[in-house]
Amino acid sequence: MRVWALIKRIFRQMLRDKRTLALMFVAPLLILTLMYFLFNGNTIDPKLGVVGMDKSLIKALQKADIVVKQYDTASVDTITEDNLDGLMRENNGDLSLILQNDDPTVARALQLKVNQTAAAVFQVKLIKQNPALAGNMTQKSMDTTYVYGNKDTVFFDVLSPILVGFFVFFFVFIISGIGLLRERTTGTLERLMSTPIRRTEVVFAYLAGYGIFAVIQTIIVVLYSIHVLDIVLVGSIFHVILINLLLALVALSLGTLLSSFAASEFQMLQFIPIAVVPQVFFAGIFPLEGMADWLQAIAKVFPMYYAGDALKAVMYKGASLGDITGDLLALVVFAALFITLNIFALKKYRTL
Amino acid sequence: MDPAIRVEQVSKSFNKKPVLRDIDLTIETGQLYGLIGPSGAGKTTLVKMIVGMEKTDGGTVMVLDEKMPNLAMLQNIGYMAQSDALYTELTGEENLKFFASLYKLKKDVQKQRIAYAASLVNLTGDLKKRVAAYSGGMKRRLSLAIALIQDPKILILDEPTVGIDPELKLSIWNELLRLKNEDGKTIIVTTHVMDEAERCDFVAMVRDGRIITSGSPQELKAMYGVERFDEVFLQAGGKQS
Repeated sequence: MRVWALIKRIFRQMLRDKRTLALMFVAPLLILTLMYFLFNGNTIDPKLGVVGMDKSLIKALQKADIVVKQYDTASVDTITEDNLDGLMRENNGDLSLILQNDDPTVARALQLKVNQTAAAVFQVKLIKQNPALAGNMTQKSMDTTYVYGNKDTVFFDVLSPILVGFFVFFFVFIISGIGLLRERTTGTLERLMSTPIRRTEVVFAYLAGYGIFAVIQTIIVVLYSIHVLDIVLVGSIFHVILINLLLALVALSLGTLLSSFAASEFQMLQFIPIAVVPQVFFAGIFPLEGMADWLQAIAKVFPMYYAGDALKAVMYKGASLGDITGDLLALVVFAALFITLNIFALKKYRTL
Repeated sequence: MDPAIRVEQVSKSFNKKPVLRDIDLTIETGQLYGLIGPSGAGKTTLVKMIVGMEKTDGGTVMVLDEKMPNLAMLQNIGYMAQSDALYTELTGEENLKFFASLYKLKKDVQKQRIAYAASLVNLTGDLKKRVAAYSGGMKRRLSLAIALIQDPKILILDEPTVGIDPELKLSIWNELLRLKNEDGKTIIVTTHVMDEAERCDFVAMVRDGRIITSGSPQELKAMYGVERFDEVFLQAGGKQS
């Protein structure tokens, strides 16, 4: 009943704080939408300047979605002046390519396209000169299939499951942490401790009170990503929600725990670079296999590592509950650990 | 009758700096007990130990014959902190209701106690307002009302009249006397205002973590041979150093 009184009070306070509510429910959707459009933008055709090249090659380049601009003479300066991605020249049958390389991704893509096109054109010429070669040279199209996703898969599809989890983690962490912190700084927590409430009752009331908001947020974020943003979901939506709920519980207990080491809201925000940002690095956005062994070991103490792994498995690869048991168990252990530490942290106020 | 509160040989240090040294005091049931002393003397630490919110380094605190800290005993103690610990997003009534439910009061008792406590501190008309809109004095009064909400046997008030106008201060003191005389409540008040100390049944002067002198206001005046009460404090303090 005391727990219930506390939950009711947390609810009242939250519902009166419209901005915090908006931050919790609208901000994650806003950022996800923004990310969605950022990653789904169309790639611009690269611009290539050419000097003294034969018509067939130019035509082939244009066919390969390259914007070709012809020059009589051109130098390296032309590239920067006309903002070309590259400049191709032919000198006595030898081809040379100068890449601007201000964006390595663009430069590499252009180089690949130019190489392929030039090779193809060269092949056609060879066949014309010697039709006998045509037989072994005709290209056979390769049949490609995919284990996960399909040919339209973009980076955002792989990234989005992790993002969904991360935003749930981030916003729950901030709001619950600052919620309990405010109770500390205004002295109401100490005041609570002069009533017959138990420390465990305070911790569980906080978990439940903010937890309900976290549940609502999680469901909104998941439904929005899947139904509005059309993020790939191969597995079950209930598994996605389950993972995110466990993650929210971890964030909630970690946020309230860390708030006991912060003396002000400012100090609470200082935990973001330490406790929140590294979570992104180890969530699976960057492939973990390539990391140094000690980094891989560190990754395993971050809850987002397990959540990211599980979310990617369910949403992108269609894993079943059995495949992600290990990850879920890890999240449960984290939550249990943080909740216990929370109860101990309140000992600062009263031993009972 | 047994004493309501017994403090024996209690000491406390923060960061190796002693705040309280070997405090002994006995508070009889139905007494209005004043702890007076300058800021930083250790009054707040002492009352927090009586409530059980602060651990003692040594010694024991007994409240109603139970060793503190004791969770069940908190039902019998109404505590008003030095700073107003209120939920400013909530209305005065919601604050009262919240604390009432922490003490597990029944619905009808809750209503009755809220009405009583609010009228006692003249807040009945302002109960529906959010605490954020309250003045400093109103917040102080609401804190006092919360301390009274569960009808505790013991009231521990840490500087209850700071920031309250003289008229209301008088009415609060009259009410404290009434609570003591009619309801037989034991009341501990900390203060640094001498005229308030003089209205207590028994006064202990705290300075640098020690009780330098104690007795009823009349006894103390006679002991130091002075007319005015504040001179007692000056003399007692002077004798120490």
